Amino acid sequence: MQERNPAVLVLEDGTVFHGKSIGKPGVTYGEIAFNTGMTGYQEVFTDPSYFGQILVMTTSHIGNYGVHAEEIESDEMKIAGIVIKKFSEVYSRASASGSLEENMVKDNKIGICDVDTRALVRYIRNKGAMNAIISTEENIDIEALKQQVKEVPSMEGLELSSKVCTKEAFEVKATTESKYKVALYDFGVKKNIVRCLQERGCDVKVFPMDASVEELKAYNPDGFMLSNGPGDPSAMPEVIEKVKTLVEGDTPIFGICLGHQLLSLSQGLSTKKMFNGHRGLNHPVKNLITGKGEITSQNHGFVVDEESLKNNENVELTHIHLNDNTVAGIRLKNKAVFSVQYHPEASAGPHDSRYLFDQFIDNMKNN
Amino acid sequence: MPRNESIKSILIIGSGPIVIGQACEFDYSGSQAARSLREEGIEVTLINSNPATIMTDKVVADNVYLKPLEPESILEILEKHNIDAVLPTMGGQTALNLAIKCDEMGIWEDHGVDIIGVDINAIEITENREAFRNLMEEIDVPMAPQTTAKSFLEGKSVMQEYGLPVCIRASYTLGGAGAAIVHDEKDFDDNLNKGLHASPIHEVMIDKALLGWKEYELELLRDKNDNVVIICSIENFDPMGIHTGDSITVAPAMTLSDTTFQRMRDMAIKMMRSIGNFAGGCNVQFAVSPDEKEDIIAIEINPRVSRSSALASKATGYPIAKIASKLAIGYTLDELDNQITKTTSALFEPTLDYVIVKIPRWNFNKFPGADRQLGLQMKSVGEVMGIGRSFQEALQKACQSLEINRNGLGADGKEVTNQDEILHSLAHPSWNRLFHVYDAIKLGIPFKTIFEKTKIDVWFLKQIEELIKLERKIEKFSIDNISKDLLFEAKQKGYADRQLGHLLRCLESEVHEKREEFGIKRVYKLVDTCAAEFPAQTPYYYSTFEYENESEVSDKKKVIVLGSGPNRIGQGIEFDYSCVHGVLAAKECGYETIMINCNPETVSTDFDTADKLYFEPVFWEHIYDIIKHEKPEGVIVQLGGQTALKLAEKLERYGIKIFGTSYDALDLAEDRGRFSKLLKENNIPYPEFGVVESAEQAIELSKDLGFPLLVRPSYVLGGQKMKIVINEEELEHHVVDILRDMPENQILLDHFLGGAIEAEADAICDGENVHIIGVMQHIEPAGIHSGDSYAVLPPYNLGDFVMQQIEDITKKIAVELKTVGLMNIQFAIKDEMVYVIEANPRASRTVPFIAKAYDEPYVNYAAKVMLGEKKVTDFEFNPKKEGYAIKIPVFSFNKFPNVNKELGPEMKSTGEAIRFIKDLKDPFFRKVFSERNLYLSR
Repeated sequence: MQERNPAVLVLEDGTVFHGKSIGKPGVTYGEIAFNTGMTGYQEVFTDPSYFGQILVMTTSHIGNYGVHAEEIESDEMKIAGIVIKKFSEVYSRASASGSLEENMVKDNKIGICDVDTRALVRYIRNKGAMNAIISTEENIDIEALKQQVKEVPSMEGLELSSKVCTKEAFEVKATTESKYKVALYDFGVKKNIVRCLQERGCDVKVFPMDASVEELKAYNPDGFMLSNGPGDPSAMPEVIEKVKTLVEGDTPIFGICLGHQLLSLSQGLSTKKMFNGHRGLNHPVKNLITGKGEITSQNHGFVVDEESLKNNENVELTHIHLNDNTVAGIRLKNKAVFSVQYHPEASAGPHDSRYLFDQFIDNMKNN
Repeated sequence: MPRNESIKSILIIGSGPIVIGQACEFDYSGSQAARSLREEGIEVTLINSNPATIMTDKVVADNVYLKPLEPESILEILEKHNIDAVLPTMGGQTALNLAIKCDEMGIWEDHGVDIIGVDINAIEITENREAFRNLMEEIDVPMAPQTTAKSFLEGKSVMQEYGLPVCIRASYTLGGAGAAIVHDEKDFDDNLNKGLHASPIHEVMIDKALLGWKEYELELLRDKNDNVVIICSIENFDPMGIHTGDSITVAPAMTLSDTTFQRMRDMAIKMMRSIGNFAGGCNVQFAVSPDEKEDIIAIEINPRVSRSSALASKATGYPIAKIASKLAIGYTLDELDNQITKTTSALFEPTLDYVIVKIPRWNFNKFPGADRQLGLQMKSVGEVMGIGRSFQEALQKACQSLEINRNGLGADGKEVTNQDEILHSLAHPSWNRLFHVYDAIKLGIPFKTIFEKTKIDVWFLKQIEELIKLERKIEKFSIDNISKDLLFEAKQKGYADRQLGHLLRCLESEVHEKREEFGIKRVYKLVDTCAAEFPAQTPYYYSTFEYENESEVSDKKKVIVLGSGPNRIGQGIEFDYSCVHGVLAAKECGYETIMINCNPETVSTDFDTADKLYFEPVFWEHIYDIIKHEKPEGVIVQLGGQTALKLAEKLERYGIKIFGTSYDALDLAEDRGRFSKLLKENNIPYPEFGVVESAEQAIELSKDLGFPLLVRPSYVLGGQKMKIVINEEELEHHVVDILRDMPENQILLDHFLGGAIEAEADAICDGENVHIIGVMQHIEPAGIHSGDSYAVLPPYNLGDFVMQQIEDITKKIAVELKTVGLMNIQFAIKDEMVYVIEANPRASRTVPFIAKAYDEPYVNYAAKVMLGEKKVTDFEFNPKKEGYAIKIPVFSFNKFPNVNKELGPEMKSTGEAIRFIKDLKDPFFRKVFSERNLYLSR
């Protein structure tokens, strides 16, 4: 048992939670959110969609099985900070490449453990999304942190994709027989989206978000993929215009999470910030076309406004979230274009929704 | 798509008497199912031969049949009621087997009864090991290399092919009956024979033993639209090789990566879909290789609710049986609400922000000569669950719940330091291996050795090591100079004040005071299925040491009912029955009811039972903290067996009101000296007796009393360590034996009335008025524990003179003890003279039996009397007295083939059944009566 330094978490409204330091000593800030998954911490921490967020993990123990070289969703941890209850100094897994703590230090990640995370989650649940700051430095000045956290910009109106997407386009080949070409707009893509496409016979070319429509079309793709990513979709007007142009063509399109929101915005729908986002591996979604349920992996703080959907003639609601009836998926009428708010690629999370990739493949096949 | 409206009447089959491998978890699931279906306006008919269950109560079902679980009984029910469907998945393998039997006989078809919740083919496939194996091969789910054998020769050749070790499992059995791991060639023949004989179709599956692989279980629910959700993942602390019912288990899985977990989840779903098209629950077991490959293989699938699903329900707050019943009548998951939040969907997967640890409870001391090593066949008789915000806290709380004279894991001065003993125990696991793992680490036995011998995942071992390191740190301080941070850390890790008192060399109460001084207080958190993502409506709490307390105290008048802890021989489901009725009665009287218990199998720990459930050890510190938090008017101790009763003294000392019979009266009945004085003063005969504290005194006393003598320690239940001795040598040996296990105990020697008849009476008393609810006569002569005897209600051949004495004595004692509530008195009758053997001022094992036989809510009445709401004279007693009811003891000796089946004063049965007979010409009665001396030990 290592002796750990005291650490604090200060919320925007001045509420203070005490704990101990993990990872790199320092100060970090961002929007505080909680994730209810019981497995997959490494995938979550490396998911670019969490960029700029301080994440509370609700499950009691984190770090138990260390880290694994392949279980990453991007090249490094993307979250701003980590808040947990029990941190495992020891890990147990034959195939692990190291401990979570070593990994946090390597990626300069700051975290706090031994927090009454349940009290914290109940607090955020009732107060809604807000910013927070963690300090694990020596000589913590709580009053100063309270001032500092007020200066953190709100997530609303914040464009973050440009900070995590690829700087240059690159292509990866299908891992099975190559049949299709997919042009992927990277807004902070998770590796597993690309992997799911590769496994299904797609060569995938990943384009930075500032790439033009022409550049994507020049790849001569069978389909376009709109990736997930962090931030407020309404702060990306140029991208929305580009998506609109893509939709005007006849090429199949599949959008995930931020990609789903951007597609929706391009069709005249609106998005809104949620009081509490959906983050976890147990989110129930109902497919309105088949009537079946699926357990999904989710991570979003913005959502498509269902009111705006009611008056739109081009867009059809295909999936709803069963807990709060929010929009979980749409498709365009008369076009092979669809998108979902959740993560069919999972990682972390259940594989119930992988059929959506098959659907995308079918759309490309039939086009 | 709402439910199937054509189903208006459903038959639920119970699991029968409690045996090892099939216990009161099926009372929990059955009663949940009945309630869930009645909510839908469905008429529920229930059959179960076990009278000690809540499910067979009128409060649960519309029509109750306390009949043998045989096709004849089913036919009788179907003739009488217009049953639309049968739900056979709530009563364990017993119910499934009966459903199959009736199906083969065409009974369901003849009566137009649909089987819901499962299909017969699915049961067939999952129980027939060869068919199951073929199916798994078809759907590409790997299994351990295995082959079925239908004969001895076939078995031998399979073994030769695989080499040792191999597992032998008998087809169509429960609790792993007939299963064994064979390491040694010389044991193979014997085990193969046993397996073939245990299987009703004379078939075994022999598989290559995957010893040391990690073991997991998933609990699934599926609806008719083929939506599947995983309710819980459970990891076995003890790896492959020990039956899951005998394994320490943890939820959620602690050492599984998402990648491997999702692969397992996919396999489980595929398996459930492959075995048939039905809506209901399912349990799947897997093994995972501990190497880099993390290979997963399927072990088995059970298409019904199980012990694990009861555990999963308590562990997550997701009531599996309740929802499975709704799915069986056609609802889909997306149409149902999460029963805890009431606002979100039932189609979701619970997520935990705490850890649960289940530890089985064994009773090997009841079975001298039994093979105590754990293996593929389940041997435990009960279990406890500890909930904490960390594994360590949950582990300590589970250990505190066990009632095995330990205060938790370690820090109680009971460590073993004999290296050879420890090493042997690590490799040959028995009930105490967990404690020996702790001892091994403490002794400095290298991790590598411990791991090699146990194959327990290093993560778990390190957690225990951390505890030991913390203890060493604490030991450096005294109560006067320990820091707040260190004390807080110890409390967070689940240490009881008693353990800390041991480490700090001070009293438990001093640690408690220190905590108060530092402001280190227990807080209560909610089990809410969703890790606090949504507000929850259900008051299901556990304690921990953190900053926020979620348990708000109302200003209503409150009563706490203490539960009976883990099931064990002598204290089982009967006491849970009484606790549940106590809760319901107190509710009727306008009390807010608070239940404290730690047994996950029970109805009392269903969050729908009491107004507030604290899932906590029935251990002083936890109870006292809840009392201080809730400030109830008082506590009911006489319903939860000896577990609750023995806390009375402390409650009294701390000035907490005990509802019903006072502590002084409870003590008077237990204290043989005081009690016999009372008998003497009232001219009530009792066998000559004396109290001794050493073997020497015992020999002296035996000269006055004369042999045979009944020897027993004070303050025990179920006749623990009770024995009849016939000479000085035996006497000396047994007294020394008792004093070794229970030092400083007072030992009672009674002159044993050989050849006497035994009888017992249960009564309700309000301090002045007494109502005898029933008198039972045992069929066996005196000398066999009442719990192991066939008892006939009312007596079958006691004359008026004897009956009059019994009634007079019962009333006299009840009033003299100022009993308020229930009491039970045991009698020996010799030469028309009635002697009192003992009196117990609490709910007895026989109360539910009488309540069922006479169809009267006696515990409800008694609870109202205890609370002072009613007098005995306020009730109109209206017992249904037709013929006789026989209480049949049921044993689990088949789990201990080497144990002598003889009976004596120490109770050995695990369960009971009820049988109604019209008159004494009944062939069943005649048979039992004629064999009454058969199993007598002496």
